[in-house]
Amino acid sequence: MTAPTAASPGAPAHTGSNATRYLGLVVAGGMALLVALALVISPSSVEQGDAVRIMYVHVPSATTMYYGFGLCGFASAMYLWKRTEFWDLLAGAAAEVGLVFCGLALATGAIWGRPTWGSYWQWDARLTSTLLLFVLFTGYLAVRALQMDTAVRAKRAAYVALFAMIDLPIVHYSVDWWRSLHQEPTLARADPTIDGMLLFTLMTGMVVFTLLFVWLVMHRFRVEFLARRHETQGLAQAIEARRAEGAEPRARSLDLIAAEASTAGSSTEGLEATT
Amino acid sequence: MLTDARLVAGKDLRLEYRSRVTLTQVLPFVVAIVLLFGFAFEPDADLLIDVTPGLFWMTVLFTAMLSVQRSFGVESSDGVADGLRLSGMHPAGIYLGKAAAVFLQLLALEVVLGLAVSLLYGTPIRGLGVLIVTALLATAALAGAGTMFGVLAAGLQGRETLLPLLFLPAVAPVLIAASQSFELALAGDSASGLRWSALLALFATVYVSFGALAFGPLLEES
Repeated sequence: MTAPTAASPGAPAHTGSNATRYLGLVVAGGMALLVALALVISPSSVEQGDAVRIMYVHVPSATTMYYGFGLCGFASAMYLWKRTEFWDLLAGAAAEVGLVFCGLALATGAIWGRPTWGSYWQWDARLTSTLLLFVLFTGYLAVRALQMDTAVRAKRAAYVALFAMIDLPIVHYSVDWWRSLHQEPTLARADPTIDGMLLFTLMTGMVVFTLLFVWLVMHRFRVEFLARRHETQGLAQAIEARRAEGAEPRARSLDLIAAEASTAGSSTEGLEATT
Repeated sequence: MLTDARLVAGKDLRLEYRSRVTLTQVLPFVVAIVLLFGFAFEPDADLLIDVTPGLFWMTVLFTAMLSVQRSFGVESSDGVADGLRLSGMHPAGIYLGKAAAVFLQLLALEVVLGLAVSLLYGTPIRGLGVLIVTALLATAALAGAGTMFGVLAAGLQGRETLLPLLFLPAVAPVLIAASQSFELALAGDSASGLRWSALLALFATVYVSFGALAFGPLLEES
């Protein structure tokens, strides 16, 4: 992106580093392996047929979503304790990535639900609380998107995240209780005897998605960090530019005024004194 | 702390008594919603009776949002927020006072709403004890969470739209528990209704405790 600047001498020049480049390569290789395992190598399930293949994306997405929201909650608590930019940026990056995976988990769940349950949506306890979680963290990101003093915004956002964390078990418990009173659990839990290959594919998915999560959060963190530096630098530059142009244009405008004044037949001394 | 709470609650209620915003604006809003639900569904069918608990609590949720907005609207002008910060009152006391004022106003509105619903929808009232306990606990939870989000959104641009986005999903569990409790109580199953009330007591405790702790830091430099 940009070279290190005067406003932030230690700032990295771009969002990549050797570590994340290697990590990115591992993730790309892992993804290729996961696609091969999920679509070609692993057999279809006896009960679910080919629909089971979407589980290799769905389950890791849901798990990664919990990493993201969990990390956001932890970083928010750390921010309120330490009050450093690091924890604020980490909380934001984790929440954004978590929200993406939350959306992915919901979408893949709905696609899986159509052939399995016969409908895209069921008022299942887990589904419902996941969607509510999605809305809660959308609100969190809405607070983060506000244009205001970063320290105040960081504090308010941190409290929203903490409230969401505390609300999470409450939501889950009440939704669970609510559904269980109305109907028996509709979906059969995972096959009692999971085929070895299915399990291996699922585990591969978990590992690859975890690495992908780490990679994404690191990059998102750095992008946001540089964006903030850029903002500060932009402000500093603007002030600098104003100062630089301060002397010259004022002199020029004074000349202009002097010229006008002289044609009008009055002195410029009074004007100079006031400006 | 409790003295501070009483002072703040007294101030908010006195403001309300003198301006009569709840009476002249929020109360008609509640009645309008009851009517609109009637228009949206078949008023003659039993459907309205069946969905009364849900409609009742949805209305309370919307009303709670108005009350919370109003509660912090009165603090926003003439540097009142700075006055509160500099008053030396315990932040948790201010929080409890504001929450208590919202709580009392909501309770008063719920009484009217309950009467309107039973009159206009023809919902027979049963299990009154459970209904009252549920209303007290759910309203405490709503006022607690609402006041916390109210101070959080206070002074921000777009707070009118931000508050519903933060508040409504967060109190979804209260809606579930309160509606279930009402439904069971109205169906004559008070014992099961009380189980949901117990859950509501837990929610109220958690929300009010969190709000009391978070209010001080959130009030600063808001």
